[in-house]
Amino acid sequence: MNVQNPNSFRNGPDETGHFGMFGGRFVAETLMPLILQLDEAYKAAKIDPEFQAEMNSYLAHYVGRPSPLYFAERLTDHLGGAKIYLKRDELNHTGAHKVNNVLGQILLARRMGKKRIIAETGAGQHGVATATLCARFGLQCVVYMGAVDVERQKPNVFRMKMLGAEVVPVQSGSKTLKDAMNEALRDWVTNVADTFYCIGTVAGPHPYPAMVRDFQSVIGRETREQMLEREGRLPNSLIACIGGGSNAIGLFHPFLDDKDVDIYGVEAAGHGVSSGLHAASLTGGRPGVLHGNRTYLLMNEDGQITDAHSISAGLDYPGIGPEHSWLHDVGRVKYISATDQEALSAFQLLSKLEGIIPALEPSHAVAKVIEIAPTLPKDHLMVVNLCGRGDKDIFTVAEHLGGL
Amino acid sequence: MTTRIDTRFAACAAEGRAALVTFIMGGDPDPETSLAIIKALPKAGADLIEIGMPFTDPMADGPAIQAAGVRALAAGMSLKKTLATVTEFRKGDDATPIILMGYYNPIYIYGVDKFLIDAKAAGVDGLIVVDLPPEEDSELCKPALDAGLNFIRLATPTTDDKRLPKVLQNTSGFVYYVSVTGITGSAIPDYSKVTGAVARIKKHTTLPVAVGFGVKSAETAEQIAKGADGVVVGTALVEAVRTSLDTHGKATAKTVDAVTSLVQDIAAGVRRARKQAA
Repeated sequence: MNVQNPNSFRNGPDETGHFGMFGGRFVAETLMPLILQLDEAYKAAKIDPEFQAEMNSYLAHYVGRPSPLYFAERLTDHLGGAKIYLKRDELNHTGAHKVNNVLGQILLARRMGKKRIIAETGAGQHGVATATLCARFGLQCVVYMGAVDVERQKPNVFRMKMLGAEVVPVQSGSKTLKDAMNEALRDWVTNVADTFYCIGTVAGPHPYPAMVRDFQSVIGRETREQMLEREGRLPNSLIACIGGGSNAIGLFHPFLDDKDVDIYGVEAAGHGVSSGLHAASLTGGRPGVLHGNRTYLLMNEDGQITDAHSISAGLDYPGIGPEHSWLHDVGRVKYISATDQEALSAFQLLSKLEGIIPALEPSHAVAKVIEIAPTLPKDHLMVVNLCGRGDKDIFTVAEHLGGL
Repeated sequence: MTTRIDTRFAACAAEGRAALVTFIMGGDPDPETSLAIIKALPKAGADLIEIGMPFTDPMADGPAIQAAGVRALAAGMSLKKTLATVTEFRKGDDATPIILMGYYNPIYIYGVDKFLIDAKAAGVDGLIVVDLPPEEDSELCKPALDAGLNFIRLATPTTDDKRLPKVLQNTSGFVYYVSVTGITGSAIPDYSKVTGAVARIKKHTTLPVAVGFGVKSAETAEQIAKGADGVVVGTALVEAVRTSLDTHGKATAKTVDAVTSLVQDIAAGVRRARKQAA
């Protein structure tokens, strides 16, 4: 393994899209010219003040940023340890952090003259965000969603349709997020001329993992400023849930070189990692190649990808963004996991104590806050990324709790 | 170094015709039937054989080849068994080139070095790995060339003149021109454009150019064969396997014949087309 401790944890990826041994561009030749074109377009946009100004304007007036950094007083009192702050990205327009990235990609697609947008979605939050911005800018929108997810995230399916998007239920494989991504890639390979593939997480071929991270890093930059303003110092720890890992890297990245900040990523342990029914790629997987990048994956001994399991559709993915794989191997971020049951308990506790119904995805992060915060001193500042609201999950939760 | 692939293309060229390249999913519908089909292909008129290495997430394949992979994996196929299939085939045929086609992860997990040794020993001649573009040549392409295997690259309508040299740089055996942008089993290509595309690739290489994607019948094969050094047929054969199965998806007495009779038909189409001057 060619992983080495660099001087900075924020320099990646290299020119070829690698974070240590992870990342890369493992795609069919048909897509390669498009990915190179995207890389060029993004590099140009990134340093263009006009693009940045346009982004910032929409982030402020359409998305509703900055999102608050909220001191969760009752949760803090209840747990009796660390001082807990919630980064309220669930208050963004469309109800999750996904819109930060989609805005960037849609503005880029417009610069590139692309008229048709495709996306994959798990919980439906990325699909809703994509459908929303396509409506806003008058672009055609096709969202691929696993048939299982279409069933368990009905409110989001309806929202996407209201926004004018076509939702295609994917019947292949495990009928969840990974299959939706396969189908989106098949669409892209077929409609190369006019189509922009808006990937929802920090995975896929280079430059997606870096580009999506850059768009999501607004979360961490704001947190940094807000915490300095509120407490006069940086937080002691950060915690976020991880499926592909976009909300987590968005919060973590601006803090990676602050050595005194402890960083925790929480994977979905489903029924428990030892049960085999989980979505914890780092804890229970190993490095392999899927969806354009090398990263930790759940697979069998023949290299066949195995199904992930999580109560949360948004975490139900057998892989993880390549930068997380690298941060795991170099030891900068500590990756832990929370089970379905732990997430359900956290979902209820936060709802009752703070009047905030979290999505099942960040409920995994809250679950670990419940575990870790009581062990820490009262002057320990902990930030948890509340990356989505739970309205979409109330039926799933009701079912698990035995009805409304 | 002259390989079985070089020899076979040269022989077909000497006959003044395109080569017929047939794709079958390894282990579809089960390892034994698949081996029987592969053994029967040369006599039916296949000049080269591509064996699909099944993968759970075949991102560049259409529904037919996806389903074939699912059938194969359900029947217990693995990369190890695919190599064993080649070993068995070689016992009775030392001339027909065998190319393994698939995705990188199963090879990566098998271990690149071990895979190349075992593939060479089994009698594999070339590899087509869909998700390894030239940008990732150090992964498998270069080690494969060093091991004496051909690494066959796909060129597509999006591969422009600027990019072609990069795609062709480490390609050997032949160039596989994907006639349409899309997944396997897509629409029938525009023949006039295919001929032009083959001519464009030939400006950059002396390798034979085989054309695939959208070849469904003797007629389409004949059209393609007029302007190419090889014709690749895959989805149509995989569909012939599928339609021969019983209601439980198991092989029947008709399965092998269903494939070979279609190959005979297509081979006749290829042979009808006198190759135009390339």
